[in-house]
Amino acid sequence: MIDETPLLSVDAAGHRYGDRFGCRDVSFDLWPGEVLAVVGESGSGKSTLLGMLSQRLSADEGRISYLTTSENGPEGAQDTVHALLDLATLSEREVRRLWRTEWGFVHQNAADGLRMHVSAGGNVGEPLMANGWRHYGSIRAEAEAWLGRVEIPAERIDDSPSTFSGGMRQRVQIARNLVFGPRLVFMDEPTSGLDVSVQARLLDLIRSLVTELGLAVVIVTHDLAVARLISHRTLVMKDGAVVESGLTDRVLDDPQAAYTQLLVSSILQG
Amino acid sequence: MSLSTSPRIVYNEGYLDEQTKRVVRRALLKGIAIPGFQVPFASREVPMPRGWGTGGVQVTASIIGDEDTLKVIDQGADDTTNAVSIRQFFERVAGTASTTRTDEATIIQTRHRIPETPLGEQQIIVYQVPIPEPLRFLEPRETETRRMHALEEYGLMYVKLYEDIARYGHIAKTYDYPVLVHGRYVMAPSPTPSFDNPKMHQNPALQLFGAGREKRIYAVPPYTDVVSLGFDDFPFEPQTFEQSCEICGSRGVYLDEVITDDSGGAMFVCSDTDHCERTAATAQLDQDAEHHDTEMNA
Amino acid sequence: MYVAVKGGEKAIANAHALLAKRGRGETDAARIDHTQMRDQMGALVARVMTEGSLYDPDLAAKALLQAQGDVLEAVTLLRSYRTTLPRFGHTVAIDTAGLPSERRVSATFKDLPGGQQLGATFDYTHRLLVDELETPDLPASDPVEEQSMPRVTDLLGIDALIEPDRPAEGWTDPDPADLTRQPTVYPMTRAARLQALSRGDEGFLLSLGYSTQRGFGNNHPFVGEVRVGQVEVELEIPELGHAVPIGRIEVTECQMVNQFVGSAEQAPQFTRGYGLTFGRAERKAMSMSLVDRALRREEFDERVVSPAQDEEFVISHADNVQATGFVEHLKLPHYVDFQAELGLIRRLRAEFDARHAEESRPDDTAEQGVRS
Repeated sequence: MIDETPLLSVDAAGHRYGDRFGCRDVSFDLWPGEVLAVVGESGSGKSTLLGMLSQRLSADEGRISYLTTSENGPEGAQDTVHALLDLATLSEREVRRLWRTEWGFVHQNAADGLRMHVSAGGNVGEPLMANGWRHYGSIRAEAEAWLGRVEIPAERIDDSPSTFSGGMRQRVQIARNLVFGPRLVFMDEPTSGLDVSVQARLLDLIRSLVTELGLAVVIVTHDLAVARLISHRTLVMKDGAVVESGLTDRVLDDPQAAYTQLLVSSILQG
Repeated sequence: MSLSTSPRIVYNEGYLDEQTKRVVRRALLKGIAIPGFQVPFASREVPMPRGWGTGGVQVTASIIGDEDTLKVIDQGADDTTNAVSIRQFFERVAGTASTTRTDEATIIQTRHRIPETPLGEQQIIVYQVPIPEPLRFLEPRETETRRMHALEEYGLMYVKLYEDIARYGHIAKTYDYPVLVHGRYVMAPSPTPSFDNPKMHQNPALQLFGAGREKRIYAVPPYTDVVSLGFDDFPFEPQTFEQSCEICGSRGVYLDEVITDDSGGAMFVCSDTDHCERTAATAQLDQDAEHHDTEMNA
Repeated sequence: MYVAVKGGEKAIANAHALLAKRGRGETDAARIDHTQMRDQMGALVARVMTEGSLYDPDLAAKALLQAQGDVLEAVTLLRSYRTTLPRFGHTVAIDTAGLPSERRVSATFKDLPGGQQLGATFDYTHRLLVDELETPDLPASDPVEEQSMPRVTDLLGIDALIEPDRPAEGWTDPDPADLTRQPTVYPMTRAARLQALSRGDEGFLLSLGYSTQRGFGNNHPFVGEVRVGQVEVELEIPELGHAVPIGRIEVTECQMVNQFVGSAEQAPQFTRGYGLTFGRAERKAMSMSLVDRALRREEFDERVVSPAQDEEFVISHADNVQATGFVEHLKLPHYVDFQAELGLIRRLRAEFDARHAEESRPDDTAEQGVRS
């Protein structure tokens, strides 16, 4: 039963700004280990979609379901219960629990996702402390391990991100979002604004972590190359609607919709 | 319309009107029912400036009665100017009996110390609080901190402790050290030195906290768990003094450092003046008794 | 032998006596009578009444004398007394257009019904310090024609060019909360904010208002109207079933007209900022109206670019009695906490010195090696 239920199930969902729809009639399923790219130009509605999925914006139409893992058995019991949640029915407390334990969100601008004047170790350790970790040594060791995995030198653990380069800040943000073992990570243009070579390294890192940890990822990007490098499937958005969707290689090599063809061809010429 | 004659200025008995006392007592009851939770209340103006104990004064004024005996201390001493001023205020507006002896007081209003003499079940201690929100310096917005308390999200508090240990090797908070009350709310104990924190735990007395300027009241009922925050491997450690009091000889009490000469020479004496006086007096009596014995035996 | 410091009570008593003596000045000079203060220092009395939230020029004057001219001390005295006064009820909302204003000027129109009345103002005086004040005669005046002086904002409202002073639909006219009786909770309603601003420190609001004009937030303000005059105060008497006038008070009102570009759903309109004070206090009324408008940014979906738009920041720090209490409380003894900090610093210092003593030894030999 568990294997047949997608992790995230979106059914004709849309978000309204006043009279206008920011995004509309979006449907897809997402499975553990899958990376879904949402591509489009600015104004396409892709950021609105991400906001809606992550519950920062309301789903004014349609339905979004998430398969949560909650330990409902007695203390120390092995059985974890999976429950399908209709996200619209959750209280603020329940949404915040998801944020602490099952979901991550990597912001385009690292300063939005980090405490810039708390040390790197403190930033990565905070989700653990928020989840009840009370052993300084363990928290620090775990933070150190994760900073290592995102290739940040160990001696920088006590430095604050305000002293880091853009690429390093994003790495800290990624570590902070993975340290508590989420199952679903949302990423909003995580590499834009970085040098091309830094971008490439960061994407490589993301790809290997995703595979290693079996994460599901929804990544928003305007850059088709990013989608190609990192995602299994792609949604193409224009004016708030999904104009095409499918396996990434198929969408980029053999676009069906006129708009997608335009996007793809303009990349080749550029 | 203007008055042509001087108005006569008249004050109520006990200063606060009965309606206000009721409002404050209701807030206190709510605070006692939810230990450590900050209850907003409409703090009134009282005749001393904000920041000088108006919250404590309103709490005391709302609970004090004919049969009470009041002790007021500041920095542990009865004779510091602000303590004197507050005690005189209550003598003037409520005709209260007052004392300097901790064991004889029914209500103790305090700024920055808990008396060394252990408190009993029939006593109430009223703390003056400047900043009731323990998270305030980490998160300046009231709207945010309210949410953090409601959702029990105290991660940020531990981040601060983590940062201290990473930077200094110790937790660097020496007063107003945050505590967890009854396993639920993180509370600011007021700027008492962390030395005094253990006294709050399972205390037989009723502990009330008034923040006049910030308009919050909170409480710890008798025999409640009050645990200072820390990590398992870096637990809370109260301060200790190597020295003993030069006047009464007490050890294990909080000491004031008094500068005695131009080159920085100093001596240490009890911060709790009542404790010091009584200990010194008992020591003197013992000494006299010995003398007496030796004289008799001679 | 060291004896613990004593004598706090005596010190306080002597301090109070010395204060009274300094405040008295030359004993053969007459004490200032409170009526002189009330009549000859009108602006100061107005400020104390407004920030003390109590309309009583005599008490405000007495407070100023008792405070030896310290405005915030006087405000504290007045508020402290106000707390103890019994409350009989709420007045009907005052109608500032109800009585002709002694002073009424508008920057938005050259002329308007009721005219531009300069009234008593410093505006066009030459700020030349003089030895003696004169009271020149006023020309024999024609009996003041009771000309109507409609509010500028009402005139603009005829064609709905300015937002109405109350929401159009579904407004139940709720009683505003009383800040002095209920705890402050953010976010606040506009009515509660205006209460807080009217009690707020004139200097603080002046600076914030100024900042909005200098680019820290800007909503193109124009003075629609500044009015100074008397208004009728009416109280509903339940036994009579109608409101009864109980007297008149002097107020200063400022209506600031600000720009707003409409949205797809809303027609473009001017928007408002409002300021109201007791007595003659234009600077405060104007500053208040600028800050009021800045704090309404959410209603108009404006970007936050300045502290003046931050409700929690502005309102938490506007109350000068609270501010001075907390700032000045730093004078109180804090030696117990300071002792705790001393203890920690000594400990950290010892550890620091110990660490560096270890490190410096091998370095010395290395240096010597390099030099030779």
